[in-house]
Amino acid sequence: MNKEIRNLKQFSTSNDRFEGAHLLCPGCAHSIIVRELLNCTDDNLVIANATGCLEVCTAVYPHTSWDASWIHIGFENAATSASGAEAMYKALKRKGKLKDPDKPVKFVAFGGDGATYDIGFQFLSGAVERGHDFTYVCLDNEVYANTGGQRSSSTPIGASTTTTPAGRISYGEKKMKKDIVSIMAANGAPYVAQVSPNKWKDMVKKYQKALSIEGPAFINAMSACTTEWKFPSNETIQVSDLATDSLVFPLYEIEEGHKLTITYRPRKIIPVRDYLGAQGRFKHLFKKENEYLIEAMQKSVDAKWELLQRREEAGV
Amino acid sequence: MDYLGWDQVEAGAVLPSFDEVKGDIALLKQAERDYAPTNSYTASVADWRVFKPVFNRDLCIDCQNCWVFCPDTAIIAVDKKMVGIDYEHCKGCGVCVDVCPTNQKSLLMFDENEDNDRALQNWPEKIKKEK
Ligand SMILES: Cc1ncc(C[n+]2csc(CCOP(=O)(O)OP(=O)(O)O)c2C)c(N)n1
Ligand code: SF4
Ligand code: SF4
Ligand code: SF4
Repeated sequence: MNKEIRNLKQFSTSNDRFEGAHLLCPGCAHSIIVRELLNCTDDNLVIANATGCLEVCTAVYPHTSWDASWIHIGFENAATSASGAEAMYKALKRKGKLKDPDKPVKFVAFGGDGATYDIGFQFLSGAVERGHDFTYVCLDNEVYANTGGQRSSSTPIGASTTTTPAGRISYGEKKMKKDIVSIMAANGAPYVAQVSPNKWKDMVKKYQKALSIEGPAFINAMSACTTEWKFPSNETIQVSDLATDSLVFPLYEIEEGHKLTITYRPRKIIPVRDYLGAQGRFKHLFKKENEYLIEAMQKSVDAKWELLQRREEAGV
Repeated sequence: MDYLGWDQVEAGAVLPSFDEVKGDIALLKQAERDYAPTNSYTASVADWRVFKPVFNRDLCIDCQNCWVFCPDTAIIAVDKKMVGIDYEHCKGCGVCVDVCPTNQKSLLMFDENEDNDRALQNWPEKIKKEK
């Protein structure tokens, strides 16, 4: 059952189930994303959390920041444990063994992009294929942040990371970011969407949709990382605005594997270079010899936007 | 709270969030909950701060931007009103100041050692828009 959330004032009356004094960096977007999911519903929650910044920083002995059932599980197993818990819940319900059978329960898994795009990928794919009723949220900070900023298959081209450092010879990451949203739609998830914390209302709407549909839902949440993207901690929302308004991170959803809807169209589209310029991980691109890459990135963002609009029109 | 040593903790240990769950947590306000000492709500990260946000009630329009974007659940909102900052949970990131839409801002960063009343007395004037 979804809570009615018409505006921010009403949303602010939520009773938080994600507590402060966790140890995520000041300005970390992970917590903004997670807190909004916990606040958008009053249902009981069963949460599985893959190893990564979120898991490590919200359960530091002797404290937990979670006011819901929460399990710390291996790097690759968030989808597996959520689907296992969901299957057990269904079995107990069938046998009439639930304590409070009328109270709705939602199953949620959180994982970083390392855990999702790379290491837990086959387990996520399997859970989606089996059709478990759960919502998987990927906290996409485009890097393995918790172990010191190694590249993942979500790292965008041109980003300097600890395993693809920019220098005299290299301009940083050489490969394009993997298109996880299309992959999960093709995998058979009935609901797939991309969200960003700066557009809180869009995010809440998509969370509520994901939680209410039956079957697996996948949400890719852009999570601006002050430490690895290298911007001052107060600029988390500013940088997220630059990402959505430059269309580097477009907001859209795909239903039933093909019905694509763009959910946010910036009134004024800003150049990709403004987004890049706000972050230290792209600093080297502004050297003369690398400038051509900024042009190329702009072209690729334009092409992707064009494609999304065509897909929306055609519904394929 | 007495901490157990690493070799005294049972594998697969459970950290309770509450001493006693009196009803549905999602419907209970924080003040009504029976937090366990193992809940991070009872802990403090105040010593992370170098600068702190100070809140100016006179300028605030209760938009709740600061509430929704604070990464540390440290903005206290009661009945749709911004009440103040929870200085035990605030890490001083400055996001709330960044997203505050009023002119002059209703939240500003000050040195951690600054006195809040003095900060309020010296609040800067409204910023004039350049034509
Ligand atoms: C199987 C396995 N390999 C490696 C690790 C070490 N490890 C812990 S957290 C982490 C990085 C997590 O990155 P990501 O999933 O992107 O989440 P983030 O920390 O960026 O939020 C790694 C490699 C592990 N815990 N388990
Ligand atoms: S390293 Fe990045 S993702 Fe990890 S806690 Fe810090 S800001 Fe958050
Ligand atoms: S400075 Fe950061 S942690 Fe403190 S109240 Fe503002 S947004 Fe929250
Ligand atoms: S963002 Fe500023 S105006 Fe809005 S509630 Fe917070 S302090 Fe008040």
